[in-house]
Amino acid sequence: MISEDNVVQLYKQAATVIPEDILNAITDAKESDAKAKEILRTLVKNCEVAEKKSLPLCQDTGNPIFYVERPRTISEKEIKEIIISGTNKATEEIPLRPNAVDSLTNKNLGNVPIIHCEEGNKLKVTLLLKGGGSENVTQFYSLPNNELKAHRDMDGVKKCVLDAVVKAQGKGCPPNIIGVAIGGDVESTIGLAKQQLLRTLDEKPDEFEQEVLTAINTLGIGPMGLGGDTTALAVKFASMPRHPATYFVAVVFGCWSLRRASYG
Amino acid sequence: MVKFTKLNAGDKITISGTLFTARDRACKALLEEDFPQLNGGIIYHCGPVIKDNTVVSAGPTTSTRMNPYTPELIEKFKLKAIIGKGGMDKGVLQALKGKAVYFAAIGGAGALYADGMTVKSVHHEEFGMPEAIWELEVRDFPVIVAMDSKGKSIYDDVKERSEKRRESV
Repeated sequence: MISEDNVVQLYKQAATVIPEDILNAITDAKESDAKAKEILRTLVKNCEVAEKKSLPLCQDTGNPIFYVERPRTISEKEIKEIIISGTNKATEEIPLRPNAVDSLTNKNLGNVPIIHCEEGNKLKVTLLLKGGGSENVTQFYSLPNNELKAHRDMDGVKKCVLDAVVKAQGKGCPPNIIGVAIGGDVESTIGLAKQQLLRTLDEKPDEFEQEVLTAINTLGIGPMGLGGDTTALAVKFASMPRHPATYFVAVVFGCWSLRRASYG
Repeated sequence: MVKFTKLNAGDKITISGTLFTARDRACKALLEEDFPQLNGGIIYHCGPVIKDNTVVSAGPTTSTRMNPYTPELIEKFKLKAIIGKGGMDKGVLQALKGKAVYFAAIGGAGALYADGMTVKSVHHEEFGMPEAIWELEVRDFPVIVAMDSKGKSIYDDVKERSEKRRESV
């Protein structure tokens, strides 16, 4: 069973230590623009300082999103209570920025985790700290889309992703990790796209992911939208069945500082 | 320190002195109240992590959300600079002309930047830590001139190029 301290540890790992696959992708980026190269070096330096001093990599310590797989013997309620108390402790101790604002009163509430729970064989808890800047540039499309000349095929999906990246420019802290999902209903498409951000960058991209990534990196948007070759580090794609009348495409952005950590 | 209006888009400088963080709610509030400390000053789009009056992490937040308030803020407070990330719109570029510049800091580099920053005071703490106005003293804060006071914006060039290139991929 996971303890409150395990939850705090999970936050600490995610908030202060960049995942190795992300760091490797930044270090290995083939960048020809001098200014962009310098920005990439600064990102790496920031990761070194954050880990060494145990400081949050970014002041936006994100929306804490938990993906929990639990065995039948542990109740969902029990897990949620531990995550919530661990969140409050982590907010004080690490510290995290209090990132939950009451939408009606605008009062700051501390941190309120979003918890997705499903039954599985063993306990596994994954935490994604999702920044607000990258969340704001999420795009959702319904195909066909006449304006983009995008039909219900993979070429149409690619056009949506490129449209989303051009719209986002430097706002979501590129180089981004881009999650793409098709199918589902409006709710599940975005959820599935977001879950793709949990996949390791060590995994070899499939043909479509590679094609879209290459296309994105010819746009010249670059790190922080100030120009360069490195606009995205990875594209991760998934599909699910759709209703005959609908063909949804969701494009979700992870900022370069894609902070995730797992327990179990 | 160099006169900001003389700078050109693409120049890199370091800033030492006082910054006021202001984002979202704070920008709107500043238009509705007196805040003489800000006159002739610099706004930093940032919602820092502060613990026991120490800066823990303090990189920039996305500036576009502040587009609607910024021309009036530049005029009201005679701002000499704004620091943020992601750039701002044509209205802001126009408002900067002959008066002020927009500097880009690097998003996600909050741990690195915190080192040279100290807290001088805080206003509107009731807005919560991210949205309060923090008066920060900074030392050698490295920034890039992304929108200068002569009408040039790196973001506009990058955007135009990306829109063109998208047609051929």
